[in-house]
Amino acid sequence: MTGKLVEAIGVARHYRVGRGRILRALDGVDLVIDRGETLGLVGESGSGKSTLGRTLVGLQMPSRGSVIFEGQDTATRERAVLRLLRRKRQLVFQDPSGALNPRMTIGATLAEHLRVQGWGRQAVRERIPEILEQAGLPSAFAGRYPHEISGGQRQRAVIARAISTDPDFIVADEPVSALDVSTRAQIINLLRGLQRTRGLSMLLISHDLSVVAHTCTRVAVMYLGRIVELVPREILFAAPRHPYTAALLSAIPVPDPPRERMRRRLILKGETPDPSSVPSGCRFHPRCPMATEICARIDPEMKRLAPGHSAACHHSDEVPALMSKMQ
Amino acid sequence: MSLLEVRDLAVAFGRTRAVDGISFTLSEGETLGLVGESGCGKSTTALALMRLLHGAELHGSAIFGDCELLRLGETAMRAIRGAQMGMIFQDPGTALHPLIRVGDQVSEVMRAHLGISGEEARARSLELFRKVGIAAPEQRLRAYPHELSGGMCQRVMIAAAIACSPRLLIADEPTTALDVTVQAQILELIRAISRDARMAVILITHDLGVVAGLTDRVAVMYAGRIVEVATTDRLFAAPGHPYSRGLLGSLPKLDSGWNEELPTIPGSIETAAGAGGCRFAPRCPLASEICRNEPPLMAIGEGRFAACWKAS
Repeated sequence: MTGKLVEAIGVARHYRVGRGRILRALDGVDLVIDRGETLGLVGESGSGKSTLGRTLVGLQMPSRGSVIFEGQDTATRERAVLRLLRRKRQLVFQDPSGALNPRMTIGATLAEHLRVQGWGRQAVRERIPEILEQAGLPSAFAGRYPHEISGGQRQRAVIARAISTDPDFIVADEPVSALDVSTRAQIINLLRGLQRTRGLSMLLISHDLSVVAHTCTRVAVMYLGRIVELVPREILFAAPRHPYTAALLSAIPVPDPPRERMRRRLILKGETPDPSSVPSGCRFHPRCPMATEICARIDPEMKRLAPGHSAACHHSDEVPALMSKMQ
Repeated sequence: MSLLEVRDLAVAFGRTRAVDGISFTLSEGETLGLVGESGCGKSTTALALMRLLHGAELHGSAIFGDCELLRLGETAMRAIRGAQMGMIFQDPGTALHPLIRVGDQVSEVMRAHLGISGEEARARSLELFRKVGIAAPEQRLRAYPHELSGGMCQRVMIAAAIACSPRLLIADEPTTALDVTVQAQILELIRAISRDARMAVILITHDLGVVAGLTDRVAVMYAGRIVEVATTDRLFAAPGHPYSRGLLGSLPKLDSGWNEELPTIPGSIETAAGAGGCRFAPRCPLASEICRNEPPLMAIGEGRFAACWKAS
């Protein structure tokens, strides 16, 4: 099956933070994730990428806009529908130590998750060794407590829990950033394998572009609560069309000393502004090297540039010239 | 002429040896990367050199200029720490005193070491704030750490660390807590300062990309030992130790084939072997009988050393 699986339409998530101020964690996001697709979501802290992930799996409701899953609006109160939606959408967290109850064995954690979904005792007992194995853990680990296993193994346990209910969609929120370099590759391979064999759709959230580039077909770049560029993987590095994407690419150190020393970087001024005081016009304009007068006034819309490639920038035509200066 | 010469440094907390006999040298103005995964002893090494570990037993020797750092009394060490050796930490939010204005924290270092007046220290702090790229420095001097962003706090830390023009700066994961665009700013700053002042730097990080751009030489640590030392170019072009090779191989490259299976190092650092044999042997694809004997750091080429019987 192909076609849309998850769709966000104008999704916003605002929080009141006192004195009449509003923190715009998400500020109008439109996004489609197809069946079997792995979409990468990159951005810096405070860009709203985790909030978007949590909203897409239903852990948070949008303040405005809607999330459509398999053609159905998820803003429902019908319990049977909600339960099914929960089974089909799962989250893998960044910090596997915080995501597992330290007083429960891995087996008990998995069993609880399945029992809530209405599985019988016998079925649960049979299922646990099966999913542990799929996550690359020996079945004896069902009896272990989180502190008795390594960080990489804990992340495998969290992944085992997420896939135990046979979901169609997984949001992996920084799944490797709390892990050591040598275990990262193991977890990336595991996610990639599961995605392939099960035909899962996945939203992979990461601040590490190299991880995203390795696993995803399309990449969404977020800045201050908005998606500013949506770009196929192979175009991302060669021809991005939003200056923020270009700056991110330029800022990432590459493990290649001669190239790294030769590089001319596009170093942005300042830091991401506070999402409770979003700049006027284009939200990136105070830090943008290409900003002109129009950028401070008019908020650019997402423009379609090519199939699967769009960017929200008044000057997206000039980004290639900016990129060529950086080589 | 080497600025720092470390011989057989070991740090023991009770029975645990976090650092277990490492040796390296650092020349004036050189930048050395200390890389490894959590628990390998890289931060402990830095803290031992700064003599900031309380309740740890230190063995071996560390000659800095003409001082033996490991046997210096606390008073003598205080005169060096902050003056000739500066340090910046991973989390600038907790390394700064939350209740003292940041300008005063920088001034304090200079008043303690340089014996200058409060007024002069303030003037110099302002200059330092400009140098490290803090916008509106006059106002920022009077700010408290919580009023500044993470990147700004790290700039304040750097200002304090370089206030007395140290000959050695130890930077322990200086950009790990920061966003990539801010990381690029801070790395550029460290690069410029060390070049202009010919200040030696020990850069501790787990990020091989950061190491690639900033260092002259790299020491790779595993389970309390240095397993490889080489010039940065050499290490990346032809890693000699199987662990270094594994680390570099397991990185997803920006331009590598999409969705290829990444090479991995099996197991995790918890599966490191105890003393006696090669600590990496349980995870090593090349391990054999000989690896039951602990390999010393051996020369494997010009300026390249690896602790492996099979290194090439």
